[in-house]
Amino acid sequence: MGRYVFKLPDVGEGTAEAEIAAWHVKVGDMVEEDQLIVDVMTDKATVELTSPVSGKVVATHGEAGAMAAVGGPLIEFEVEGEGNVADGEELVAEAPVQEAGVAPEPEPEVAAKAKPEPKPEPASSPKAVAAERPAIATRRPGDRPLASPAVRRRAFELGVPLQFVPGSGPGGRITHADLDAYVASGGQTGAGARARYAERSGVREEKVIGLRRKIAEKMQQSKRNIPHFAYVEEVDVTELEALRQHLNANRGDDQPKLTLLPFLMRAVVQAVPDFPQVNAIFDDEAGVVYYHEALHIGIATQTPNGLMVPVVRHAEARDIWDCAAELARVSGAARAGKATREELTGSTITITSLGPLGGVAATPVINHPEVAIIGPNRIIERPVVRDGQITVRKMMNLSSSFDHRIVDGYDAASFIQRLKGLLEHPATIFMD
Amino acid sequence: MSNTINTKVLVVGGGPGGYVAAIRAGQLGLDTVLVEGDRLGGTCLIRGCIPSKALIHVAGEFEAMTAAAAKGGKHGVSLAAAPGLDMAKTVAWKEGVVDKLNRGVATLLKKAKVKVISGWATFADAKTCSVDGADGPVTVKAEHVILANGSVPVELPNLPFGGPVISSTEALSLNELPKKLVVVGAGYIGLELGIAFRKLGSKVTVVEAMDSILPLYDKQLVAPVRNWLEGHGVTLHLGAKAKALKQTAKKTALVIETEDGETMDIPADKILVTVGRRPRTDGWGLENMAVDMDGRFIKVDDQCRTSMKNVWAIGDLVGEPMLAHKASAQGEMVAEIIAGKKRRFDPVAIAAVCFTEPEVVTVGLSPDEAGAVHGEIVTALFPFQANGRALSMDAGDDGGFVRVVARKSDHRVLGIQAVGRHVSELSGEFAHALEMGALLEDIAGTIHVHPTLGEAFHEAALKALGHAIHI
Repeated sequence: MGRYVFKLPDVGEGTAEAEIAAWHVKVGDMVEEDQLIVDVMTDKATVELTSPVSGKVVATHGEAGAMAAVGGPLIEFEVEGEGNVADGEELVAEAPVQEAGVAPEPEPEVAAKAKPEPKPEPASSPKAVAAERPAIATRRPGDRPLASPAVRRRAFELGVPLQFVPGSGPGGRITHADLDAYVASGGQTGAGARARYAERSGVREEKVIGLRRKIAEKMQQSKRNIPHFAYVEEVDVTELEALRQHLNANRGDDQPKLTLLPFLMRAVVQAVPDFPQVNAIFDDEAGVVYYHEALHIGIATQTPNGLMVPVVRHAEARDIWDCAAELARVSGAARAGKATREELTGSTITITSLGPLGGVAATPVINHPEVAIIGPNRIIERPVVRDGQITVRKMMNLSSSFDHRIVDGYDAASFIQRLKGLLEHPATIFMD
Repeated sequence: MSNTINTKVLVVGGGPGGYVAAIRAGQLGLDTVLVEGDRLGGTCLIRGCIPSKALIHVAGEFEAMTAAAAKGGKHGVSLAAAPGLDMAKTVAWKEGVVDKLNRGVATLLKKAKVKVISGWATFADAKTCSVDGADGPVTVKAEHVILANGSVPVELPNLPFGGPVISSTEALSLNELPKKLVVVGAGYIGLELGIAFRKLGSKVTVVEAMDSILPLYDKQLVAPVRNWLEGHGVTLHLGAKAKALKQTAKKTALVIETEDGETMDIPADKILVTVGRRPRTDGWGLENMAVDMDGRFIKVDDQCRTSMKNVWAIGDLVGEPMLAHKASAQGEMVAEIIAGKKRRFDPVAIAAVCFTEPEVVTVGLSPDEAGAVHGEIVTALFPFQANGRALSMDAGDDGGFVRVVARKSDHRVLGIQAVGRHVSELSGEFAHALEMGALLEDIAGTIHVHPTLGEAFHEAALKALGHAIHI
């Protein structure tokens, strides 16, 4: 018998660490080679890791939500024959597994004080203990609450449905004290609920992990580092809408229809050669800005898990239909949780649209390390004055944010005015 | 001119549902009238539970003496001659017990200031009934009506009651022991009486349409009863149909069609038909009250409200189980609701007992039911053969046992069944365990008195936990 230590491989280009998303095995499990053992999350893609060997799991390092360093030990097996470490040999972690939420600290001397002790065993961490505590009131749906006749009678008199009362007794039994506590804590009682507005006092604690933590980190990084300025201009899209409807009307039911976004993408493609400073990546640590010729347009997308930004690559090389199709493909993949790492990284400028929820104006947050983000607002019919006459036009605002370190206000405004011109005279979008 | 009484609460039926409702209503200070068409106490007290238990007791004594009179005696006790039986005196003693309880109910009602009207109530509308009482006609108008009319034995169309064909009511008042008794229907009523008559010396034959005795219970649970029947010469015709009564000048017989489709005659002095009971929903103006029905029963909610405001129904009228203790619990509850208390009928389980030989108790879910509802379960059975108290009172060799059924995940006790002599007295502990939401550990952690039959319950719980001591 030998011991085999599996270290976190480099799961993404140049990643130094990955978040453990979910364990599929636990200590004591027998694992076959190639069996799925753990999900780790890098940047925005989740990678499934399989076991390199067959054997019994003797230790896992880090629980779900913890950051694991690439090259650090992730899981240990007891295997037939020789392992990859000698018996008794102390495992020297190349980088300790960090407590969730603590940023990796490059300077060891600083870290020594600030950093919590590397956890010897996940089981002893407070989080694990909390998870293993016998759960209170884990009642299956439809399960009759366990309570004595006296407690049931009192609850009925109080108008308290017992299925919502946590039971502290064996098997989740509800005691008189539990009932008292539920009522005292303002638990909704039938009589009270009818008589007045009940106060609510519950607080749900949830660790920010996974995609939510990624979003939080990105937003914080963007807002902390980038001096944003926002610019809002209104655009008359009456003609654009007429063109869009005409194009769509001639499409079959089985063909994708155009939304406004592909037109905006093509307009950006047309405008960017004259305003290279908006299609750029600013490495502020290195003090270098990279002006990109290619237009990789990030599309802010709401997914069931949270905000993701799938990327339509090389929009400059796609016609409007192709833009529409690729947009549908990558955003669909993101919503389905199937987007690859490549589909979620590498954008040079981002469009954020909430469609009918678009509101009147917004101050979008730049997708760091980009320098510009464009947000079309809702299209609405408004009375406007044309040639001294009030007329009804379809109006849409464009709310955009720019990194003021790279983009001057004059240039940003000029860029948006160019977009406005293109969108108001849609034929020009298609003229080279 | 008829006399009219206005009252807050009118209870119709003086059985264990109705009289308990009336007493509780009276205790709570509600102006209450109880109308009873026969005698206070109802089926249970007058022609059911109580008289049958009296008869069963006498049968047990007679059987013991018969055993003592047999060659060699029993347990060192011997009688020189076989015991005699004067059935008329037995019935008279039984009537004495019934009378005593009947008077007791009357006293309790009086103490609770309930006005009792003797006579048959007929409803003209939901809140008004007329009673043809002994003291002349009376009209009762009430704010609340509690219907507790009970149930009656089901008659077989091809075997109507009358002559040698009797129901349990007549069987409990026979002045002469039938030499040959045929029992149609092997439910608990038929078997309780059939076994008693067998012990008293009748030749007993049981005809049952289903393929099992006590068909509502599982085979394992009823096996000891079946063994007793077979060991004591009771002929069982299972899967058989009672076809007709055949009467000639000399002989009476029941014609049956056996499981194999053969027709045969079973000679009988009496044919006891116990094929169930039906709610008494006719003959008292229910149709004038505009209450909704649920099949043959009156439809009620979990507070025993009918579809008519302030008309309540309890007991056998509202559904299974048709048991006295259920009716009483509902009666008490309804009285309290009328008095303004918040109540509802939500028992975890209602225990049922068969006073057969041996006795059978069931509370909660059987293993099959529990498995179907809760998935993974554990069951454990402890035999009375390994229980000192059972052996010391000759109750250890009839195959009896206590069985517990619990959910595997959290050990919540879901059902308890027992079969054995005297196990009826364990029913309270079983029901209590379920109502309190006992886990197996709770039963195992309760010290049970030695030597008692209850230890078998304790041991069954230990066994379910994997560490029974005495087996």
